[in-house]
Amino acid sequence: MRYLPLTNDDRAEMLKRIGAKSIDDLFIDIPKSARLTELVDLPLAQGELQVERHMRALAEKNAPAGRNASFLGAGAYRHHVPASVDHLIQRSEFLTAYTPYQPEFAQGGLQALFEFQTQVAMLLDMEVANASMYDGSTALAEAALMAARVTKRKKLVFSGGLHPHYLETARTFCEPHGLELVVLPAAIDGEAEVTKHLDDAAAVIVQSPNVFGAVTDLKPIADSAHAKGALLIAAFTEAVSFGLIEPPGAMGADIVAGEGQSFGNALTYGGPYVGFFACREKFVRQMPGRLAGETVDADGKRGFVLTLSTREQHIRREKATSNICTNSGLCALAVTIHLTLLGAAGLKQLAQLNHETACKLADALGAVKGVEILTRRFFNEFAIRTPRNAADLVETLAGQGVLAGVPYARLAPAAKMDAKAENILLVCATETNTDEDIARYARTLKAALS
Amino acid sequence: MNTETTTSGSRGLLQAEPLLFDAGSPARTGVDLPKPKGESRLGGLERKAPLNLPGLSEPETLRHYVRLSQKNYAIDLGLFPLGSCTMKHNPRLNERMARLEGFADLHPLQPTSTTQGALEVIRQVGHWLLTLTGMHTAALTPKAGAHGEFCGMLAIRAALAARGELDQRKRVLTPTSAHGTNPATAAAAGFHVEEVAGTSRGRVDLSDFRSKLGADVAGVMITNPNTCGLFEPDIKAIADLIHEAGGYFYCDGANFNAILGKTRPGDLGVDAMHINLHKTFSTPHGGGGPGAGPVVFSEALAPFAPAPFLAIDRDGALALQEETEAGTVGRLCAFHGQMGMFVRALAYMLSHGSDGLRQVAEDAVLNANYLLARLREHYHAPFGDGPCMHEALLDDSTLKARGIETIDVAKMLLDEGYHPMTTYFPLVVHGAMLIEPTETESRAEVDRFADTLIAIAERAKGNDTAAFKAAPQLTPVRRLDETRAARNPRLRWREAQRPE
Repeated sequence: MRYLPLTNDDRAEMLKRIGAKSIDDLFIDIPKSARLTELVDLPLAQGELQVERHMRALAEKNAPAGRNASFLGAGAYRHHVPASVDHLIQRSEFLTAYTPYQPEFAQGGLQALFEFQTQVAMLLDMEVANASMYDGSTALAEAALMAARVTKRKKLVFSGGLHPHYLETARTFCEPHGLELVVLPAAIDGEAEVTKHLDDAAAVIVQSPNVFGAVTDLKPIADSAHAKGALLIAAFTEAVSFGLIEPPGAMGADIVAGEGQSFGNALTYGGPYVGFFACREKFVRQMPGRLAGETVDADGKRGFVLTLSTREQHIRREKATSNICTNSGLCALAVTIHLTLLGAAGLKQLAQLNHETACKLADALGAVKGVEILTRRFFNEFAIRTPRNAADLVETLAGQGVLAGVPYARLAPAAKMDAKAENILLVCATETNTDEDIARYARTLKAALS
Repeated sequence: MNTETTTSGSRGLLQAEPLLFDAGSPARTGVDLPKPKGESRLGGLERKAPLNLPGLSEPETLRHYVRLSQKNYAIDLGLFPLGSCTMKHNPRLNERMARLEGFADLHPLQPTSTTQGALEVIRQVGHWLLTLTGMHTAALTPKAGAHGEFCGMLAIRAALAARGELDQRKRVLTPTSAHGTNPATAAAAGFHVEEVAGTSRGRVDLSDFRSKLGADVAGVMITNPNTCGLFEPDIKAIADLIHEAGGYFYCDGANFNAILGKTRPGDLGVDAMHINLHKTFSTPHGGGGPGAGPVVFSEALAPFAPAPFLAIDRDGALALQEETEAGTVGRLCAFHGQMGMFVRALAYMLSHGSDGLRQVAEDAVLNANYLLARLREHYHAPFGDGPCMHEALLDDSTLKARGIETIDVAKMLLDEGYHPMTTYFPLVVHGAMLIEPTETESRAEVDRFADTLIAIAERAKGNDTAAFKAAPQLTPVRRLDETRAARNPRLRWREAQRPE
């Protein structure tokens, strides 16, 4: 077995040193009736070649986005990841390191996390950010719990533009705590509706750009919320947008939580991804997750450590702000490397390109008879309505090499909207889409609708 | 000891590297993109807040991160004996497989007709996990161990609600030796935690456990093999007792690697258990994640599993049931879990096979016992009267006479080029040192590590306490002031922090 260095001679000698007659002497605490005497019914060991053959055969049964004209967003985005990102995150010292609990042996990872926290805070225009959460949806769920702790109130108001999976995840996290969830009906451009439910609210939760792609001015929502002692939690799924649109921190958000996959991380069928979590500095002791902080060593030299760990489960146990332990370290590293390569100049350009490609797509699809563009102000994704059931349409176009979007009803099967929610399709364009992709989409859509 | 400074700040191969914010600038970039036209349809919502993200060119970026990487310890550099963390070799085949276009470039919301291979990976990983654990149903979406614990405890919550007993059953029992995530998870799932005492042999005290059972108990959370590195011999009695009391048995599967192919949790009475793919099945730890924490359920808890889960549609194709059903755990995250980790774990499982996985458990346990045999004359082993499982537990009680503690041993190990063992955990042993060598270490490596620890123990007997307190001397930074970091938190770079 190529991964196991011990030889049979080693094993025999080691057992002798231990004073055991056989390996089973070391497993005597397992109740006899539960000991396995035979191998479990699974295939035997295989070489690299055979395993690779098996895995490649499975991979070939998928139709990857890049081999199609792909227009899917709704929480996961196909962006170009520079080659050096994937090279660097595979360096042994990053890939095969543990959580930096021994800071003298983890200054590289800790400095990278400190830089990540700063970049996330700068991007969102927030005071502080943590070292990552599992993904955007769990980050948002933790933000909702944190708002309840900070305000000591129990009511949370969710906008109808929030990604339905984020809402469901938050529901799962909030249910055991007896919190009251006010969930507004799905609406293309209705984030401000939350301000009608502010009495006794711990927080209002809005998303911009929202699941329909609509971009919202959060400032009036923040002002109304603050006037009633509620917090504004701003969610997002497309982090690239903040290279072009006003970030939530500049509009008064108190906590910001969302998905960072767009930077440096491949789609990978939904995970691993990386949650961004940022807030006002005064709330930092209520924050979930790990934090890297700056300090000095015994010689007065600058260094970094994990800090404020009295919030965390390994110290605080049942009183911890969250049970989170392992988070998304390597995905956060990919984010920080990609952001370093971009810099402000590159990020602005990337965001602008995304917006312009999406505008082109909207013009092309809007020109197809029967297609209605539902989102007025968008960044790189928007909702359309066609006369056909969106899931059927997606299936038809997939057969022609076009991944046409995400049927809204797939995310929210029970959503009640003004008209025909099942005909709403969420579409997205990024810098990876060519003019030919867009023309092909318009062409096949036209054919499918005629 | 060499404390000389150099003009460049570098020391031989160890290159000095400034913070990104001192090295880069917002105008510099390491990407070349087509020039946009500058069109905007955002109607006044364009970014007005400053954006000062520093950029670096590609060569500067490579150097920045390669230099940082040289200040990190890693499995690929040497034995990484963190108990309970299972730092074993990460096969590179698995990295290559996870990067196949057919997995890496797959959007989670593509129609399932275009993702049959990915769903097949989920099915196969589930099949391996269920066969190895003898459990009924697998839920793959949890994103790490603690998320898996949450999933399991929510299933218990849902099961109690279905029985109409949620209001009365609010207590969850955990041993004093439990991982911190266990009580934190129980609280996150809305339960109160009550601790169960341990015995002088490092196991659950069965009589204390029995005395705490009652009609208000929801369940018990036990790690097995436990955090002292020992198998709980009364595990079946514990399972029977909690079931008789109307509660459920959650098993923390962090240490499942020790019993692969030797016993099945399903035969021990477990109702739910998470499996850390990043421990037992070797997906890389990545400096703190990502992990993956699939949960396996008994038949009793299977109906409450979270969405989404695999289904077979009318044509026999694999499908995803994404709609959450009332009375179940519900949804735990946006999509279908850590596909990138499933691919790696499946490649690991196929590589080892049923024979190799059993050998993994045997070699992990053998290495730990060999280490214990070599070290028990030099350190106190609090429960060293029998074999351990995959990790050896020592403490600092024999060093205390000279004022030397576990942390000092750990810092001495740094100068010797080893990442220390898990220190001060489990909490039930004062000054604990929990050592997990794993099966991927050769006998020579284990011997070299043992020799080092023995030399440290010998040195601790001499009049050398000051040297212990001054360690480490050879690391990129010396002992860091953690109190200062927490008292006056500096969690990000700010403009004013630019050095003169």
